[in-house]
Amino acid sequence: MAQPLAKAAPPGTPLRVGVDIGGTYTDLIAQGGAEGVVRLAKTPTTPGDPAEGVMNALAEAGLDLGAVDVIVHGTTITTNAFIERRIAKVGLITTAGFRDILELGRRTRPQPYGMTGAFEPLIPRELRLEVAERIDAEGQVLQPLDPNEVRAKARQLVEAGCEALVIHFLHAYANPSHELAALAAAREVWPNAFVTAGHQLLSEFREYERGCTASINAAVQPTLARYLESLQRRLRAGGYRHDLLVMLGNGGATSAEIAWEEALKSVMSGPASGVIAASWIARQSGLDQVITYDMGGTSSDVGLILQGEPSISSEREIDYAMPVHVPMVDVHTIGAGGGSIAFLDEAGLLQVGPLSAGALPGPICYGRGGMAVTVTDANFLLGRLSQSRLTGIAQPATAAEVEAALARDIGAGLGLGPLEAAEAVLRIANQKMAGAIRLVSLERGHDPRDFTLFAFGGAGPLHAAALARELAVPRVLVPPRPGVANALGCLVADARRDFVKTLNVPLSKLDESELRETFEAQVAAGEASLAEEKTEFAAVEAQHSADMLFRGQTHLLRVALPGPNVSKDELARLFDAAFHARFAVSLPEIEAVVVNLNTTLVGRHADHLAGQTEGVGDGSLEETLVERRPVWFNGAMQDTPVYGRQRLTPGMAFDGPAIVEQLDATTVVEPGDRAEIDTHGNLIITIGEGSA
Amino acid sequence: MSSVDPVTLTVIQNGLQQVCNEMDMAFSRAAFSPVIAEANDRSDGIYEAETGALIAQGELGLPIFVGTMQESVAAVIQYIAEGRTAAPEEGDVYIVNDPYLGGTHLMDVRFVRPFFHQGKLFCWLANTGHWPDIGGMTPGGFSAQATEIEQEGLRLPPVKLFKRGMMDPEIYAIITANIRIADQRIGDIKAQAAALDVGARRLSAMLERYGEPTVRDSLGALREAAETRMRAKIAAIPDGTYRAEAFVDSDGVVDEPLRIALTAHVTGEEIAFDFEGSSPPCRGPMNSVIATTRSSVYLAMKHIFPEVPINAGTFAPIKIADPEGTFLYARYPRPVSGCAAEVSQRIAEAVFAALVQAIPERVTAAPAGTSGNFALGGFDPARNKSYVMYHITGGGYGGNAEQDGLTYGCSTIGISKSAPLEVLEQQYPVLFERYALREGSGGAGEHRGGFGLSYAVSLRRGEATASFVMDHGRLGPQGALGGEDGAPNQVRIEKADGTIYRPDHLSKDQGIRIAEGDRVVIDTPGGGGYGNPVLRAPEEVLRDVARGYYTMEQAKELFGVVLLPPAAGETAYRLDRQATEALRRPGLAAQ
Repeated sequence: MAQPLAKAAPPGTPLRVGVDIGGTYTDLIAQGGAEGVVRLAKTPTTPGDPAEGVMNALAEAGLDLGAVDVIVHGTTITTNAFIERRIAKVGLITTAGFRDILELGRRTRPQPYGMTGAFEPLIPRELRLEVAERIDAEGQVLQPLDPNEVRAKARQLVEAGCEALVIHFLHAYANPSHELAALAAAREVWPNAFVTAGHQLLSEFREYERGCTASINAAVQPTLARYLESLQRRLRAGGYRHDLLVMLGNGGATSAEIAWEEALKSVMSGPASGVIAASWIARQSGLDQVITYDMGGTSSDVGLILQGEPSISSEREIDYAMPVHVPMVDVHTIGAGGGSIAFLDEAGLLQVGPLSAGALPGPICYGRGGMAVTVTDANFLLGRLSQSRLTGIAQPATAAEVEAALARDIGAGLGLGPLEAAEAVLRIANQKMAGAIRLVSLERGHDPRDFTLFAFGGAGPLHAAALARELAVPRVLVPPRPGVANALGCLVADARRDFVKTLNVPLSKLDESELRETFEAQVAAGEASLAEEKTEFAAVEAQHSADMLFRGQTHLLRVALPGPNVSKDELARLFDAAFHARFAVSLPEIEAVVVNLNTTLVGRHADHLAGQTEGVGDGSLEETLVERRPVWFNGAMQDTPVYGRQRLTPGMAFDGPAIVEQLDATTVVEPGDRAEIDTHGNLIITIGEGSA
Repeated sequence: MSSVDPVTLTVIQNGLQQVCNEMDMAFSRAAFSPVIAEANDRSDGIYEAETGALIAQGELGLPIFVGTMQESVAAVIQYIAEGRTAAPEEGDVYIVNDPYLGGTHLMDVRFVRPFFHQGKLFCWLANTGHWPDIGGMTPGGFSAQATEIEQEGLRLPPVKLFKRGMMDPEIYAIITANIRIADQRIGDIKAQAAALDVGARRLSAMLERYGEPTVRDSLGALREAAETRMRAKIAAIPDGTYRAEAFVDSDGVVDEPLRIALTAHVTGEEIAFDFEGSSPPCRGPMNSVIATTRSSVYLAMKHIFPEVPINAGTFAPIKIADPEGTFLYARYPRPVSGCAAEVSQRIAEAVFAALVQAIPERVTAAPAGTSGNFALGGFDPARNKSYVMYHITGGGYGGNAEQDGLTYGCSTIGISKSAPLEVLEQQYPVLFERYALREGSGGAGEHRGGFGLSYAVSLRRGEATASFVMDHGRLGPQGALGGEDGAPNQVRIEKADGTIYRPDHLSKDQGIRIAEGDRVVIDTPGGGGYGNPVLRAPEEVLRDVARGYYTMEQAKELFGVVLLPPAAGETAYRLDRQATEALRRPGLAAQ
C-alpha cells in the first residue's frame, strides 16, 4: 500500500528514508530524491528476523536503494531483548568485596504495599568475579591492579561461555586508570569486541547505577551488533551505498558502525522517536509547549516538549531496579491503555485497571477469546470505533456480545444500561489517565493553557479530546499519519552528542573561566565526534545547561543556559527563576551548588522536509464524508458524521461531534469542540467549553 | 449510599487520590533532607474537618504514616477546642511533633493546615516529614539509651508556624536554636508548606468543578465503600483465633527481650487484635506510642491487602484493644525514638505470623524487619570538620506461597533506597571493604527467605563514635508453615589491635569509640522460610549452591538435597537424585 502523497520535497534534495520497527508493524516514510516524492509503507514486523521486515518495507515503497541517500532506522530489537530477557551471557570483573552490588542494588521493593517481589540481576552471581584493586573517592590508588589477575578471570569467564564482559570498579569516575588497564588486559584474551567499562558510558558517582547501566549495555550489545551487521549486508546487497543511521534514546541518530558500542542508548529509542516527530511537527505549526500522548494496548507513553525541545532525563528506570543513567528523551510510561480492564470492586465502585487484557486475549471486541470488559470495548460499543472496520482484527466480536458483557459486568451493579456503563468506563479511564499525565508533566509547575496535546499511536487520537478537556489543555494536534510518527521521527532526527562534567562546587566558588573552558572542551569533543558521521550537517548547534541544587538537597534541577559565557550572577538568577517556576519557593537563605555542566551538540540536517502531507482532492467537506453513524456522547446516541482523514484538506473545519477515520487511527471530536486542518495537514481540535 | 451516583463517586475518589499524590511528589522533589527527598520518609493526606478522620492519603507516602496522621489532626482539633492553641484561619499551618499526640518519634514533624471553602472549614490537609535532626542527646535522634523523652529532642505541641500565610519568625527561631544543621531546615519547612499549598490549590479546583455538596456527600459514601472492601477481605479469612509472638531484642537499657503477644480474633467481617500479655513499659527508647502501634497493625493489613484504598473506613472493621500497661502504649515521659523504625516492624511481624496461619496464600513468612540504623559521628582531621554519617539498610524478605523472598528489601515500614557507597566515601572518612549478599542467611523453606546484607566498613582517619539501633539480633525473622527462621542480625567491631567488641544488647548500642583502622562489620537478617524445606525442588537447591547462596553441606542439612562436587575439569555441581530421595523420605512422610 505504498502511496505517494501530493506534497513533496523539492526535486533534487537528498532522498531520506526513516524506517521504524514497532511491535506489530514496520513503518517507512521516505522523502526527497530526484522527483522529490514522499512515500509511505507499512508491513508486518517479522520478529524472527526483523531485518526482513525492513527489506519488505523498502520493497513495498518501491524505492531504488541505489538512489537512497540516507536511511535512519529505529529498532526495538534491544528493547525487546531487554524486556524479554533474551540477553547475552555476560560476565563481570569487579572490585574485590563488591561483586554483589549488582544483585543488592539500592533495593526497595517493587511496590509500596505488599511484602513480595523478585529481582534477577542481568549477570548471575556465578559469573561475577572479583579482582584485588581499590581506588578511593579522591581517585587515589589504595590497592594496585594486577593485569594478570584480570586476564585469568577473563579467561575463566570465556570458558564459562560468556559472550560479553563488564569491567566495573569502585570510583572509576574519579580515576579510570584501573578500568582502562583492565580493559586492555581483558581485550587480549576476550574473543570479541563486547567489553564494556563502566566509566566509559557514565562517568558519574553511584556504583549501582553505573554498574547497572554498563551491564544493560553488555547484555544487548551482541544482539544489536549481529542485527545491524545483517541488515547492513542486505542493504548493500540491495544496492545501498551510504551509511546506515540508527536512532538513539536521546532522540538523535548515529552511525550503525558505532551504534553497537553503546548499544544501551538504543534501548529506549522507540518512544524517543515519537517525541522527536512530535516536536518537529509542532514546531512547523508554531506550537512549542506540547504534551505528547501515545496510547497503546497495555500502556501509554507521555513526553514533554518545552520551548520546542523534548525534555531529556538522565535518570530513567527502565524496569524495576534497572536504572539507566544516560541522557534520554524523558518519556514516562503509564500503566493504562486500550486493554485496561474495567470491573466493580467489592464496594460496587467502578474501577479501571491496573490489570490489562493485553494483546491476548485482548478486548472482547477483538474476538480472540477475551472475556473481561476493557476500555477498547467501551469505545467499540459507543460507536467511537467502527464496529464493521476494526483495524487489524480479522473476526471482531459482535456489538451484541460486547453489549451483553458491559450490561452484565458493569451496568447491572451500577444500575446503568450497557451504553451508560460504557460511557462510565471511558469517564473513569480518562480521568485516571489524565491524572497520571498531569503527575509527569503539568505538575512540574506548568500552566496547562500554554500546552497542546499531541496525540499519536493507534489509540491516542481516540481519547485525546477528552483528556485535553480533563487536563484543561485547550488544544489537540493529531498529525496526518498518527500511526507512523516513529518513522517520521527517524526521518527528521538530528545527530546528538551529550557531555556531562561533574563539578560539585558552591556557586560562590565557581571559577567562571573554568565554566567557559569546560563548555568549550565539550563542544570540541562533540564536533570531533560528529565529524565521524559520514553526513554533512546544515548546522551544528551547542546547547549548554547546568545541573544545580541548593546545598543540602539531593534532587538536581537542570537550568538551561544561553551560551558558554555565563557569569555567576546570571547563573544564580537563572537557577532561582527555574527553582521558583518549578516549586513556587525561593530560598535566598541557602547557597546554590553547581553539580554538573552539560553540553549537547546537535548536528542538524538540512530542513528540506517541506511538510508532511497535503490531502488529495479539492472538494468540499461533504465529499470527505464516509458515513454517518450513531455515536454515544453525553448520555445519548447522536447522529455523527465520519470523515475520511485522507481527503481532508487544509482549511477544512467542522464542529464536534465527529469522527475522523484513517487506516492507522480513529480521532474523536467531542461535542462542543471544533476541528480544523491546518496548512501542514495536521488535525487541530480546539477544546470547547462543556462538561467533561 | 449517598445521593451521589456511583460513577461520580469513583471520580471523586480518584480525584482526592490524585491531590494527595501530587502533594507527595511536590514535597519530596523540593525537600532538602535526604531522608525525605531520597528515602521518601514523608506522607501527605486529607482529613475530615470535625474529627480529623482520614479522607485520603498519598500512595507514595511512607507506610508507617498510614494511620498516624489522622490522630495528629485529631490532636490539633482537640487543642483548639480546649483553647490550648488558637483557632484556625485561612493560610495558617500548625506544626506538631509530639509523639504522644498522634505521632511516631520526634523527628517526624507534622504540618496541619485548615482548608476553607467559601469561608467555612471544609477539611484539613496535613503532611509528615522526617527531619534529619530534632536536637536531643544523639545526632539524628535515634538514641539507643534515652530514658526520658527530653533526652530525645525538642518536643512541639500544636502551635501555628504560619499565621495567615506568613511564617512566625519567633517560633522558627525557637526551633532552629534547638536542632543541629539548622541552616538547611528553612528549605524543608518551605517545601513541606508548599506541598500543602499544592494540595489546597488542587482541592479548590475539585470543589469548583464538582460542587462542594457533591464532594461533601461523596466523602461519607467513600468511607463506607472502603469499609465494605476491607470487610469483604476480612470475611474471606476463616473465622478463628490466631496467636503469634514477636520479640524486640531489648530496650537498649535493660538487657531483656520485649515480648509482643498478639491475638487476632476473626469473626465474620471484623478482626480484633489484642496485645494482652505483651511486656510492660520499658526504660529505654523502645516504647511505642499508641498511634504508632495502631498504624503498625494497619500497615500490616495494607501489606496483606494492598488493593484496598486507605481512608478511615478501611480501619473501621479492624479493632485494636488499647494495650494499656504495655510498652505498646507509651505515655509521657517514656522515651519512644525506637518505635517508628523498629517496634513497628515487630508489631507488623506479629500480624503476619498470626494471619499466615489463616490465609497462607496471602501472607509471607517474616521479613528482615529492621531499618538497620548505623550512625557514625566524629571529627575528620583532613577536612577539619565534624560529621555524622547514617547508613540504613534492609534484609531478606520472607518466602511466600508463590516465590522465594526478595533479597535485600527495604524495611517493612519504609520504601527507602540505601545510600550509594561512593557517596558515603566522598563525604566521610570511611572505607567500605565488603558489601555482599549474606550467604546462607535466607531461612530454608519450600520457598526460602531472601538474603540479607553483609558489610564491613573501616575508619580511615581521626576518631569517631558509633551507634546502632537495629533488631532481630536475638532471634531471626520467623519462618512460616514449617519454614526455618532467617539468620539473625549481627554487629561486631574488629579493633585495629585484633580485639573484637560485640554490643551487650546485640543490636543496640551507642557511644562506642572507633579509632583509625577499626572496622565495623554488620550482617543483616535473612527472611523467614515458607513451607517445609524438603518440598523445595532439588533443581532450585542446586542452582542456589551454584550461585554460592548456600554450601553443599547446607543443601544437605537444611533442604535434604545431596549434591556431588564438580567432576574433574568441570565447574558444575551435580544432583544425586537417589541419595536426595532417600534422605528426604522421612521428612516427606511426615507431611
